Amino acid sequence: MTNNRPWIPYLLILPSVAFLALLFIVPLLQTIWLAFSDNGVPSPANAQRMIADINFTRSIKNTFLLTIAVVPVQLAIALAMGTMVAKVGRGRETILWVWTIPLGISDLAAGLVWLSILQNSGYFNSMLLGLGIIERQASWLSYQTPVALFFVIAVAEIWRGTAIVMVIIVAGLNQVPKEFREAAEIFGAGPWTRFWRITLPLIRPALQSALILRTVLAFEVFAVVYALGGRNFPVLVGEAYTWQNQNQNYGVAAAYAVLIMIISLAATLIYLKAIKVDAERLP
Amino acid sequence: MKRLMSFGIVASTMLAFASPVLAQTVFVSTQLRPIEEATIVREELLQDVGDVDYVVEEPPQFAVRMEAERQAGTRTVSLVGALHGELSPLADRDTLEPLDELATKLAAGGMPQSLLDLGKLGKSSQQYIPWMQATYVMAAKKEALQYLPAGADVNALTYDQLIEWGKKMQEATGQPQIGFPAGPKGLMARYFQGYFYPSFTGGVVRTFQGADAAAGWEKLRALWAYVNPNSTNYDFMQEPLAAGEVMVAWDHIARLKNAISAAPDDYVVFPAPAGPKGRGYMPVIAGLAIPKGAPDKDGATKIIEHLASADVQLLTASRVGFFPTLNVKLPEDLDPGVALLAGAVTTTQASKDALISLLPVGLGDKGGEFNKVYMDSFQRIVLQNEPVADVLKAQGQTLAKLMTDTKAACWAPDAKSDGPCPVE
Repeated sequence: MTNNRPWIPYLLILPSVAFLALLFIVPLLQTIWLAFSDNGVPSPANAQRMIADINFTRSIKNTFLLTIAVVPVQLAIALAMGTMVAKVGRGRETILWVWTIPLGISDLAAGLVWLSILQNSGYFNSMLLGLGIIERQASWLSYQTPVALFFVIAVAEIWRGTAIVMVIIVAGLNQVPKEFREAAEIFGAGPWTRFWRITLPLIRPALQSALILRTVLAFEVFAVVYALGGRNFPVLVGEAYTWQNQNQNYGVAAAYAVLIMIISLAATLIYLKAIKVDAERLP
Repeated sequence: MKRLMSFGIVASTMLAFASPVLAQTVFVSTQLRPIEEATIVREELLQDVGDVDYVVEEPPQFAVRMEAERQAGTRTVSLVGALHGELSPLADRDTLEPLDELATKLAAGGMPQSLLDLGKLGKSSQQYIPWMQATYVMAAKKEALQYLPAGADVNALTYDQLIEWGKKMQEATGQPQIGFPAGPKGLMARYFQGYFYPSFTGGVVRTFQGADAAAGWEKLRALWAYVNPNSTNYDFMQEPLAAGEVMVAWDHIARLKNAISAAPDDYVVFPAPAGPKGRGYMPVIAGLAIPKGAPDKDGATKIIEHLASADVQLLTASRVGFFPTLNVKLPEDLDPGVALLAGAVTTTQASKDALISLLPVGLGDKGGEFNKVYMDSFQRIVLQNEPVADVLKAQGQTLAKLMTDTKAACWAPDAKSDGPCPVE
């Protein structure tokens, strides 16, 4: 049937393509124009303004540091969780279900949860105070404690974002045929060798998707940081938000948006090149 | 039959959507947004004035909505309630109905002419009617008073005394006890424009980078040593005050009200400190305006008259803590917290060294970037410890460009200017 009417697949995806063009490509082009124009004429003024801003370098630095700190940890934890759960027979679903709870919580709510734990009169300080470890409430989230603030935001991000990586990795692990592992065992390969030589190469596509998704999301981190650090920890999306919402300058906000898009695209390309997936294993 | 039925469904749906819209007067406001306050507006302040749909909107979204309706040429909003500075860009685009008749009537009813004149926004006709007013004050827990430096009067503090006070409190409690709302949603920029700059330099824009300003910033650095570092996370000071994180705070009266009303016996409320040029203070005026092309102009006029009547103004003061724009005496049985705040406002206005500083005018949609100049200076000088002179020079250039771009003339306390307000 498809051979007789080769246009049918195209016809079927046409609505979604039209939808994307209307609601994604058009606003995208508008954003790019907004970023690189001034009063209706092309101009680099907004980009210059963005680069000259006092928070620009800090926000780039913070965003990258956070990504570098968070993504590998999340990947490692997710791999560990995935392999652990693979051995479990009964109750596997329940464990997976509990582990994915953070997925159901919005970014901002997750930030607020951690805020209630870590603010001055929060649970963490109360606990330390109760145990007699500290004499008075310490602040963990102020501009005077940048290391603690960074650590706290990283922990909150890891808590919130690991579940999605784990879901993808568990799906990948499920597709690894048992026979491969059994064959390796027969030939005397230990668990470590089996993991490095069999499991890891076979879940490459899952790893690639998980890494792309998490890295792009890490570059777009905002709500958790906003709830915990406010102005003390500028990140790229936060700056875009501030320029649009507080400063009412849509041009500079658009410049930030374009910059975030470029960084995300570059990261995706790097992953696509670095973690090669055989063509026949693509979906 | 089927066709008839679908026709019936379409017709009834259209009727259902069309009829209530016509009956209601849509009142969009950037003020009294929290759900408790909005409920008071809907259920108490707007009672007996017909069918009003009170809609609240965040200031940035408000600006977008008004501009979108203007561009589309179809108005759904009949009445807007917003701050002086938020109405100013609407007046600049000439999108507000002149309200001169109403103003004359209200002037005869006891609204001070000086307040009404603010509502002209520098134009020849009345752009908005002053609805309610507020200002910023300082509040302190009573237990903080024992640390006041000898001879200091809390109602006539100077910056040196405040620093001394902060130092004593820190030594006694082991923690910095002064708080400012320098968080993402805090009104810290208004502190610089209405309090800090006027007090130290006697101006806001003209005097931005002079020697007086530099001396002021040094003083603020000294004060900041006794300010709680969490201040850069505080949005509303009532929360840290109530939670016991700070004992002394500066903020907008509406953002202190909950803490003070909940325990009026625990607090004192007093004017902000004075610097070498006087005691700067900034009155905040919210106004009511009718957009051009409003679907229900008569209904809107009726609501303005209702909200500007003496009874409703007093009710507004006691229920939400914004003070009347009419010359009316506050009742004896006022909420004790509101009475404390009102007392501090009167003390501020009556101070011999009071120096009034108006909300910025004529900046259009650049109000946010104007605030940013002051907040960036604060971040660089106080938080990042950069040299004062360099920062003021760089930020002064940004400010000067902003004033030239917007062509905004000087406002009080800066001396009047021909053309854009210069940075000297």
